[in-house]
Amino acid sequence: MALLSKKDANLIKDPLADNNPITIQVLGICSALAITAELKASVVMAVSVLFVLGVGNVVISLIRNIIPAKIRIIVQLVVVASLVIIVDQVLKAFAYELSKTLSVFVGLIITNCIIMGRFEAFALGNGPWKSFLDGIGNALGYGVILVIVGFFRELLGSGTLFGMKVLGDPVTKTGLYSIGYENNGFMIIPPAALIVVGIIIWVQRSRNRELIEEA
Amino acid sequence: MLEHLELFFRSIFVDNMVFAVFLGMCSYLAVSKKVSTAVGLGAAVIFVLGVTVPLNWLLDKYLLQDGALVWLGPEYADYDLSFLSFILFIATIATMVQLVEIVVEKFSPSLYNSLGIFLPLIAVNCAILGGSLFMQTREIPNIGLALNYGVSSGIGWFLAILAIAAIREKIRYSNVPAPLRGLGITFIITGLMGIGFQSFGGMLTGDNEPPEETQNTTVETKEDKEIKKEIDDTEKAVSYNEAVNK
Repeated sequence: MALLSKKDANLIKDPLADNNPITIQVLGICSALAITAELKASVVMAVSVLFVLGVGNVVISLIRNIIPAKIRIIVQLVVVASLVIIVDQVLKAFAYELSKTLSVFVGLIITNCIIMGRFEAFALGNGPWKSFLDGIGNALGYGVILVIVGFFRELLGSGTLFGMKVLGDPVTKTGLYSIGYENNGFMIIPPAALIVVGIIIWVQRSRNRELIEEA
Repeated sequence: MLEHLELFFRSIFVDNMVFAVFLGMCSYLAVSKKVSTAVGLGAAVIFVLGVTVPLNWLLDKYLLQDGALVWLGPEYADYDLSFLSFILFIATIATMVQLVEIVVEKFSPSLYNSLGIFLPLIAVNCAILGGSLFMQTREIPNIGLALNYGVSSGIGWFLAILAIAAIREKIRYSNVPAPLRGLGITFIITGLMGIGFQSFGGMLTGDNEPPEETQNTTVETKEDKEIKKEIDDTEKAVSYNEAVNK
């Protein structure tokens, strides 16, 4: 971090914890929940958003002075949509199975509120380098939550991580399964993601009580 | 007629936008503090989905699908423009929302006053784009069903936001643990409501395949668990498409 001034470093650090886009700003929940049943899908989603948000923030920041204010939403949507098309085509070419799993959720990066939110709140008023750092920081903050949720859901729900059987084999009863451990099918179903995120919020706000909302 | 009814109930209850696929969560969480605003946004979502899904269906059918351009002449039969669908769908949605706003403002000021402030919000609501993208991946066969799908998904979203807004109004009087107050408890309640909605999975039993949603709650033998796990791992994301196609 020697390259960055303290202020710039904070642009990356803040969204990772106390200004996390998911748990504090409440942005980008849609995709965060639907694809986290497996760790692999979560990581791919996080990387896709990292790319789209990093590049998108720079592009918007570069053209921020020539966008007419009235049509800025449409300009922003076009920039995001083009970047998402690139991500989608790359995924289809190099990871076809995975792009099937993610199905429409790659396309839904376009309407991911994090992206529009950062464009509006940051890139429209700041230079390209700062916007780039802000984009990376927020995408990482988003990715961290995705990976945490994906980790717990896949580990507890299927007993695997990245598809590898880390807790032993449930059929032949090795590892943990030999002492009567069972997979928790509950973690696989969609609503479990909401509850896991709720618990993450609980833990985070218990540790930092300044974040607690007024009743 | 039967397929219309089936799609209608499936979109509202079984594949509910909020509880089954988490679409439109951002505005769902942000605008659900009061019932009256929730009703306004919900109505706007039904309306916009009902307009954009059939429009995007036409675009998909006559412009984007593999070979869709054949109506221009046989030499266009090889074109596959489906990679452009994201940008065209979002452009349609953004322009439609703008257009609807202008028309409503001109002809029905009272409706504009109740819906108006929500319309710009909706252009970036994932439920709207999600509706069009699911319409595309589920290969909805005709425009009547597309309209039905748009409206009924909107109704499902409306029900969800209405329910959570009512609960949040009541929960203000409850003693929620401080760190969970506000966002945290809303997430957990939504999760519990989602589990409740999973019980609708058994509603449409005309299918030959058992609905995946209910399997998790029943007691099974070890073998069943294994099979179920494989299905879950591989087909989780595509199961919605299959379910509708059946």
